[in-house]
Amino acid sequence: MTERTDNRPGGRRKRAFTAAENPLDDRILEELQDPPARAGRERTEEEAARMEAAELKRLEEIARHERGLLDQAHSWSHTHGERIARTVYAALAAVICLAVIAVLLTTVSNLPPFGHGENPIHNEVSARYIEEGPAETGALNFVAGMILDYRAFDTLGESHVLFIACCAVLILLRLPETGDLRERMMAEANDRVWEPKHDIILQRGAGFLVPVILLFGVYVLLNGHLGPGGGFSGGAAIGAGLILYLNAYGFAAAERFLTIRSFRIATACALGFYALSKAWSFFCGANGLESGIGPGTAGALFSAGLIPFLNVAVGLVVAFVLYAFYTLFRKGDL
Amino acid sequence: MNLLIQNYEEACAVILFGIGFTTLLLHRNLLKKVIGFSMTDSAIYLFLAAKGYIAGKRAPILKEGITRAEAYVNPIPAGLVLTGIVVSVSVTALMLALTIRLYRRYHTLDIDEITRQARREEG
Repeated sequence: MTERTDNRPGGRRKRAFTAAENPLDDRILEELQDPPARAGRERTEEEAARMEAAELKRLEEIARHERGLLDQAHSWSHTHGERIARTVYAALAAVICLAVIAVLLTTVSNLPPFGHGENPIHNEVSARYIEEGPAETGALNFVAGMILDYRAFDTLGESHVLFIACCAVLILLRLPETGDLRERMMAEANDRVWEPKHDIILQRGAGFLVPVILLFGVYVLLNGHLGPGGGFSGGAAIGAGLILYLNAYGFAAAERFLTIRSFRIATACALGFYALSKAWSFFCGANGLESGIGPGTAGALFSAGLIPFLNVAVGLVVAFVLYAFYTLFRKGDL
Repeated sequence: MNLLIQNYEEACAVILFGIGFTTLLLHRNLLKKVIGFSMTDSAIYLFLAAKGYIAGKRAPILKEGITRAEAYVNPIPAGLVLTGIVVSVSVTALMLALTIRLYRRYHTLDIDEITRQARREEG
């Protein structure tokens, strides 16, 4: 700016060159034709300040314009670009899914026919389980003998998967005890409001059905090594019965015997018993010791070694975890 | 094609798997994604159970006097499906719990909207 106020010939020429850029420069040039008076110099300083402001304004304008372009591009990518990407994604997804189905269908059409004994899946492994299973495990149900004796470790892991999933849901959904009390009250109240109250049809029906369901569940649980059934199916039946009871009679009735405390005790005892008894049996088996657990007389209720007890343990875990899932999803607490 | 009709259970399982997989990929609603995931699970169990069946044979529970392996269907797929069902129950519960948490935080089930809001929050 100081360059523009001086009156050297060189500077003047330079200014004439830049005059086209800004109309203000013309006026400065006119002033600079005469030798600068004192008052004139003051005025030029004023001019300079004004010019500086104008320049800043111009820059701001440019910046605003650029920002506008950027916003436009952004909004384009938000509206049109996203839509295009979504369309391409959907088309690709459909193509991939159709390709997967086509490949799998061709594979299926090359498999041996359904129900045919020549399927490669029917090999010596299943024959071994069927022929030697009853003598080795004492269970008449080959599946129970397989999952609770030959593959007992796998089933222990499975019950733990269920238990850990329940713990994770508890962590995720449980409302903080110390945190927002109002939110907690609202959730509870909301649940109580929508709870069926004195629904006479439901209560009569449940009064008849719940004992039957629970008994059937216990039967399936205890009969797992003798017939169809086992810990998982029996536990699921008991859990369903408990959920029906809860729905018919409400939380106040169910909380008399089903609280987070009983959940903790039951699942911990069941999983601990499973782990300890199987650890003992593995230890003895690996070291050639007498474990004191024999297959017993096949067909009796207390036979097949540990299998009925393990069935009960697994059933307890499954029943409690199913009930806990239900109450957690409904009111965020046990 | 003829074998495809003979293998109709497996074919059904495969088509169900495809439907579930498509649901998983195409829907932006988290609940529908969970439903699609459960469908793929169930399709696989149907496939395994269908593979274990042998026409005209008994359920894998010992009957007095019959000890030949040829008399019973294969018990292994039943055990595997049992394992799978338990795991899928756990996974479904976990997914639904996470969905509830996301809904509480962002008040939407749209996965894109959740991603956008999360990115905006990160800055």
